[in-house]
Amino acid sequence: MKLTQGCFSFLPDLSDEQITKQVQYCLSKGWAVNIEFTDDPHPRNTYWEMWGLPMFDLADAAGVMMELAECRRVYGDRYIRVSGFDSSHGWESVRISFLVNRPAKEAEFELVRQEMAVRSVRYTTVHRQPRPASS
Amino acid sequence: MLDVPHTTTIEVNEVPTAFDLRKEAEAAGITETLHQLEQELIGLKPVKQRVRQIASLLLIERIRQRAGLVSSAPTLHMSFTGNPGTGKTTVALRMAKILHGLGFVRRGQVISVTRDDLVGQYIGHTAPKTKEILKKAMGGVLFIDEAYYLHRPDNERDYGQEAIEILLQVMENQREDLVVILAGYGERMTSFFASNPGFRSRIAHHIEFPDYSEAELLYIAELMLRERGYRFSAAARESFERYIVLRRTQPFFSNARSVRNAVDRIRLRQADRLVSDLDRMLEIADLETIDPSDVLASRVFSGGAGSEQATGSKCP
Repeated sequence: MKLTQGCFSFLPDLSDEQITKQVQYCLSKGWAVNIEFTDDPHPRNTYWEMWGLPMFDLADAAGVMMELAECRRVYGDRYIRVSGFDSSHGWESVRISFLVNRPAKEAEFELVRQEMAVRSVRYTTVHRQPRPASS
Repeated sequence: MLDVPHTTTIEVNEVPTAFDLRKEAEAAGITETLHQLEQELIGLKPVKQRVRQIASLLLIERIRQRAGLVSSAPTLHMSFTGNPGTGKTTVALRMAKILHGLGFVRRGQVISVTRDDLVGQYIGHTAPKTKEILKKAMGGVLFIDEAYYLHRPDNERDYGQEAIEILLQVMENQREDLVVILAGYGERMTSFFASNPGFRSRIAHHIEFPDYSEAELLYIAELMLRERGYRFSAAARESFERYIVLRRTQPFFSNARSVRNAVDRIRLRQADRLVSDLDRMLEIADLETIDPSDVLASRVFSGGAGSEQATGSKCP
């Protein structure tokens, strides 16, 4: 199951060249670029782990790409995303975030329906371990 | 059958066969930068020559690229060696401008660092620090002042070596992203390169900055005064010539920097002289002119070796 999350999620995966251009765009706007990774890509999990510190004061995307390569080397089997944080007054929030790495075998989710009292229904997204290739 | 003339099809991406060198150079802004270099920096003949050579190579390389000829990204790392006050930092800043104008660095920012910015205090502190700086310098020029302090041969547990290793790796692998310029005093740089053989060969341009001659130092002083809106009287100029001759033989002489300090002190003395007599009318000429007494009051004339230090102004 191809996970869709963040910007460009319905496009094919970005190439490194495209990632570089997006990062350069963030830097040109003065946003701090972050690299984050996780093995739990559940949509409610907003707390991904950070790779190093947020990158302020960079001029060129090559620095971010260097860190990304290093992060992929260590956590290549996990989801990695890049986000741009705008610290300017009034925004003070993440302005862009997109996946830059996904594991070979992706996570699977299932929608579980639960019948409650007075005919109300509760839905839960459950994270399933990927099934073995044979099934 | 229609007779369609095939000659009308024009290739959109046609490679130009002739290049207007003057236009190319002006578009890249190097004529202007080189002119500035020639005008504002006094002396330094070998340095200017080398900088011009590098700029020419880069220009030709860029044209070759557009013409579709074989071109390889040239190694641009440099090392500037020379005595104190010979203009290494100034030239490094100019160099960044030239490289940026020619498109050999993408952003053109100069990150100026010393040992403190690269080397950490404890284990595991150095690598993130060095990488942080490298990331900031990407797409621009990393200027490492007094690079020999990175290497501390007397201390085995020094983390400088770690910074050097990371630096060397990036210098080699990301040549198109980053230009590193090392600067430092001649002898110490030589021993630094001797202890890190990989460093020397990874740097393509070793540029030596010569000391200034007495005439050049005088010219520098006059230029500095003019920038600040002062000028020597004829007699003061003559006494400053003597000042330079004496100052050069004394310890802690650092070329243009010593001259700058001397000029600052001369301005102090001139102001003091003007203020000492409150009852007179000042004219514009009085404000502008440096008298010989302002120069001759210097301890260099009476004291001799180390006298400048005694006045409290350190000349490293």
